[in-house]
This record gives sequence, structure tokens and C-alpha cells, in this order.
Amino acid sequence: MLLIPCPYCGDRPEIEFRGGGEAHIARPSDPQTIDDQAWAEFLFYRTNPKGLMAERWNHAHGCQRWFNALRDTVSDRILESYKMGEKPIGGGRA
Amino acid sequence: MLETVNRVTRATALAATASAGTPEIAPLPDAARFALRLRPALASEMGAVAGFPLDLAINSASSGPRRSIRLGPDEWLLIGDAAEAEAIAAEIAQAFGERFHALVEISHRNVGIAVRGAHAADVLNAGCPLDLAAAAFPTGFATRTLLGKAEIVLIREDDAPTYRVECWRSFAPYVHGFLLEAARDFDGAQT
Repeated sequence: MLLIPCPYCGDRPEIEFRGGGEAHIARPSDPQTIDDQAWAEFLFYRTNPKGLMAERWNHAHGCQRWFNALRDTVSDRILESYKMGEKPIGGGRA
Repeated sequence: MLETVNRVTRATALAATASAGTPEIAPLPDAARFALRLRPALASEMGAVAGFPLDLAINSASSGPRRSIRLGPDEWLLIGDAAEAEAIAAEIAQAFGERFHALVEISHRNVGIAVRGAHAADVLNAGCPLDLAAAAFPTGFATRTLLGKAEIVLIREDDAPTYRVECWRSFAPYVHGFLLEAARDFDGAQT
């Protein structure tokens, strides 16, 4: 079973977690001023990279906190996890 | 013939109501329980409230008649004597005064089950993927996790080892049955 490092609880089995998709997507501050394409890109368009990706995770059956993790989508290796509002130390996109 | 060769002994689905051997699996008596949420800064400032320590490490439990279990950075499960539920609520409300907190009584939402003795960790591991070895899950450690399909709070009470499983009332028949069934693997087994 994959172990996911929760910044609060340490390494925990993956079934305690819920994935939250790509991290660091900022909601447009003034949605009524942007066109449909820009809004659709905010809602639906994701990078889906082959390699390093910043993701949101929720430790749903543990401390129930949201956090971010840098995961390599090729190897499934999680390089780093960090709390909401923090920046990763490693070489990820932030 | 094949049926005769491969015949297995089947226990009826609901035969077991209590475990006789090791580990012992026993429902615990009623308790007063509260879910307390507040900012971590306020918790370290207060230190304790109404006899419940708040400045614990995340995923640890205190001992004593009024015990708190820190489930996350801003969440505590408080367990006290069943008869004191109203007194505890009043004491906590008074201790916090105007300071922001959320206290919800969950005495009847949860059911406690003790799993005690040799192979207790093995029985829990039938449905819980955590490493329950003493090095990774020492006495005083406590966390919310999963047992089978039910969410539980698991507390290691002592080195017998005794574990306390807290689950929601509606999950209790499932959790209790799950533990009894897992314990059948260890009936008569040597330590």
C-alpha cells in the first residue's frame, strides 16, 4: 500500500486519504470580468503532467486536514508534503 | 467426494457474541464524550481545560479520569465519566468564557470497545493498515483511522497491550463483529 506523508501525522496508508486534484489553482478574483474561456480554464483545465505534480490531499480518516504534496506521476513517489499556504522546499512548481 | 474432502467447518453468521480467548474483545461502559475544536494557539495558551490537557502532541492521548485525545492540530476528543457529562460541559464553557471554541457532546454517538491481550494488534490489523508495533504505535498513541470500512479512533492504553476502539454507534455492530471474526484466527494460538 502506498504511504502518504501527512504533514501533521507522518506516513499513513493511502486509504486514509482523499485526493483533491491539482494544487495551487487560484480562483479568479473577479469572475464576472473574465470571459467564458478563462472561467472554463479555471474550472476544468488541468496540466496533467508526466512527472512532478503538486496535488491537494485530505487526510480524511486521520486529522482531516488538507495539505499539498509533490508527487511524481510516473513513479507515484511522493517527494514532499507541506501544509496549506506553505511553499515546497524542493524543486516543484509552487 | 470433492465436497467431503474440502469441507470446512462453518460457524453460523451471528454465533459469537463475546470472545472467550485472547485477545479479549469487550464493549466498554458508557462514557461522557465531547468533540472540542479550537485554534492551536489558544490550546497552548490554556494548557488544560476542566482537567483535560490540551497541549498534547498530535495523535496522543492523556491518561486519568478526564482524558483528552488530540486527533489533529485543532481537534480534541474528550472522554470523562458518564455521570459527569453535564458538569464537564459547564466547566469547559466557563473555562473558555468568551474565547472562541466549539464543544459538541458526542457521548451517545460513540461506542467504545476494548481489545486486550496477546494478538490484539494482529486482530486490529485484520482491518486497520497502520503499523501497530510498539515502536510505531506506543502506549499513549492515539489516532483516527479505519477498521475495515468503518472509521474508528484507536488508542493504545497500555503494554498488555490494550487498545481502545471508539467508533460511531451505528458502526458498532459491524466493528464488534469484525473484531470477533478476526479474533477467531487466534483462538488457542500461542503468544
